[in-house]
Amino acid sequence: MKSLFTALPNGGSIPQSRLPLLEIELWRQTILEHCLKDQARIVALFGERGSDQRIRVYCLLGADHQKLLLAGAAELTPANPAYPSLTTHLPEAHLFERELHEEYQIVPEGHPWLKPVRRHGSYPYYRVEGDGIHEVAVGPVHAGIIEPGHFRFQCDGETVLHLEIQLGYQHRGVENLLVRAGRGRRAVLAESIAGDSVIGHGLAFCQALEGLAEICAVTKRAHGLRGIALELERLANHAGDLGALANDVGFLPASAYFGRLRGEFLNLLMELSGNRYGRSFVRPGGVLFDLPPGMTGDFQNRLKQALHEINELSGLLFETASVLARLESTGILPGGLAKELGLVGMAARASHLARDVRHDHPFGIYRWNPIHPVTLSTGDVFARAKIRSLECKQSLKYVLALLEALPAGKILEPCENLRPSSFSASLVEGWRGEIAHIVLTDATGGIARYKIVDPSFHNWPGLAMAMRGGQISDFPLCNKSFNLSYAGHDL
Amino acid sequence: MTWLIQSAVLLTTPPFFLGVIAKTKASFAGRKGPPLLQNYYDLIKLFRKGTVHSPASSFVLRLAPAVIVSTLLTAGLFFPLLGRAPIFFEGDVILFAYLLALGRFAMILAALDVGSGFQGMGASREAAFGAFSELAFFLGLVVLVVISGSASLTGIFQWKWIHPAWRPVFLLLFAAFFFILLAENSRMPVDDPSTHLELTMIHEGMILDYGGIDLGLILYGSAIKLFLLMAFAISLLWPQPLAWHWHSAALLGLKWTGMAVAIGAVESVTARLRLIKVPQLLIANFVVTLFALLVALFGRRV
Repeated sequence: MKSLFTALPNGGSIPQSRLPLLEIELWRQTILEHCLKDQARIVALFGERGSDQRIRVYCLLGADHQKLLLAGAAELTPANPAYPSLTTHLPEAHLFERELHEEYQIVPEGHPWLKPVRRHGSYPYYRVEGDGIHEVAVGPVHAGIIEPGHFRFQCDGETVLHLEIQLGYQHRGVENLLVRAGRGRRAVLAESIAGDSVIGHGLAFCQALEGLAEICAVTKRAHGLRGIALELERLANHAGDLGALANDVGFLPASAYFGRLRGEFLNLLMELSGNRYGRSFVRPGGVLFDLPPGMTGDFQNRLKQALHEINELSGLLFETASVLARLESTGILPGGLAKELGLVGMAARASHLARDVRHDHPFGIYRWNPIHPVTLSTGDVFARAKIRSLECKQSLKYVLALLEALPAGKILEPCENLRPSSFSASLVEGWRGEIAHIVLTDATGGIARYKIVDPSFHNWPGLAMAMRGGQISDFPLCNKSFNLSYAGHDL
Repeated sequence: MTWLIQSAVLLTTPPFFLGVIAKTKASFAGRKGPPLLQNYYDLIKLFRKGTVHSPASSFVLRLAPAVIVSTLLTAGLFFPLLGRAPIFFEGDVILFAYLLALGRFAMILAALDVGSGFQGMGASREAAFGAFSELAFFLGLVVLVVISGSASLTGIFQWKWIHPAWRPVFLLLFAAFFFILLAENSRMPVDDPSTHLELTMIHEGMILDYGGIDLGLILYGSAIKLFLLMAFAISLLWPQPLAWHWHSAALLGLKWTGMAVAIGAVESVTARLRLIKVPQLLIANFVVTLFALLVALFGRRV
């Protein structure tokens, strides 16, 4: 089928004149056709207010099987900013359409629930009524040191009938800050979108700018080092989460040892970049710090040791009957539902959806050294835990192979002058899943609109659905198994 | 003399064994852990603070800590810790059990008093699990009364008729009481005393509204309860000699420390149970005591 949308490569850019501007109904039909025929999913859906107050809506689709990104736009007049909702056919669009409604007062007609996403005022919570039904409200201030979010449970005894998640307490206006910020500050801002995905968001930002730059050729060595940093970030977070899951079920030995292992990965990242979380490492044009030959051997030894320890620790965690009893069949998210909700990343892969940007839309070093997604099919807490340990092993082997043959060359090339009136899309597989940064430039080469989609934005509804019919006492465990970012969602 | 020493032991030693449990768990996790006397420091800190009561609460909330501590201390006087108990009479077993139940009742009422969702959940879980574990507890007492022919704790825990034969009925009873001890004291695998996740807590959930002296009293009460149930379980296998010697104090320290280490080890190597499975386990525990009763009634007397 010939698509009405334009294809563009991951990390590439096209002039806005080549971006098809369709009639709103045709735009909607095209999205539905692509998504319902199982060829694509929504990566991002967002608006931009032009100088003449006309609102342009953009849609970026990921056709994973064809390894294509498809983009198309439509225009709405401020007098009548309405169109028939996509959500009624395509549940994965529901948060995007709520966002459009909140930010641009666009009305997706027929949308079942136009509640604001971040700036909630007096919008009522969903309520179940009847005998023995009680409501439990948790947060936004929690007993632990976690981010703020409000969870409203409708329970029948210990069983959860419905969970409503209210976020937005961390809304900082990052997208607008990135538009207004000076050149030097942008990378720092991008690294602060979600504190646990510094490399992921930093890399997505750099790729987007490199795609827009008039002259920019990132060397293969820089790509390799970025890949190492991204995998180390994945390893640190996965190991930390496995420890936290063990802690939540009260299994102390695994909790302590995984915690130590997380420290090991963070230390490696610090030796590579000078910061435990990898700040100020990835910059447009390459990376700021090299890995000297003397350090490579040390890295390899420590990673091999870590691989050995991960194997042993996974055995300890996944072979203890009382741990398995807690993890298995808790918080099940079936594959079909995960697909409908448009889940991405590790949580999607635990529900048998082979979605991995590193494989589907390869970027950087993954173009030369391919990686294959690991999937599990049960979609429960066990699968989300197990997939972390499997991905840890995979990442360790990947980094070890990469260190074996790290290409030579410079690490930083100049990256200047953004192309005017262009559209650039950049996708990165962060540890949590697909991070998408989309940049639109104006006629003078300045940034006109910066759109960020954190994997958490796709995945929060997955958590709410996984809790349905479950035990309220299993919520902390289920929540930890997704470990979604509040800041990444709130932006 | 025994009276004085027993009271002193009962008043001062219980928090120490919580420290032993914490140390054991820390060593399993490869950590140093808090100092053995940390619980005393915490209690002293809490006792020096004031308290704040929610305006939504009534006198029940204020009364409960005193009820909990006083019932537990009184119950402790009936237990033969060092030789004969300070107070004993035929039938004190029942009083002992009901004093513990009264403490629980006060705690549940106090949790409901504030009307917060978390405390309500904690209280409902405590009441439900308590009902199951008391079933096994009472049946266990019946077994003990049947085999010893005495309805007094001092009469039941007599060195001469248990030692040296370890009869299967005592092994069964020990297993049952060890599990009751874990369940009643909100330890793993029933409750996790080290996490404070609002939605999963039982004991921690009920005491959310307490602070300062009141919280101190409740934590002190928990330590005494643990101490008493440890006494109950370990005395089944190895009771204190009835006549008082100075070495029985050392013996007591040794046995209780061993129990605390065992609890710490159990907590370290198992994960917490899914909440919905807890009643099943408590019922299984009841069945174990039922077997003990059958063995006691029909088993060949040695």
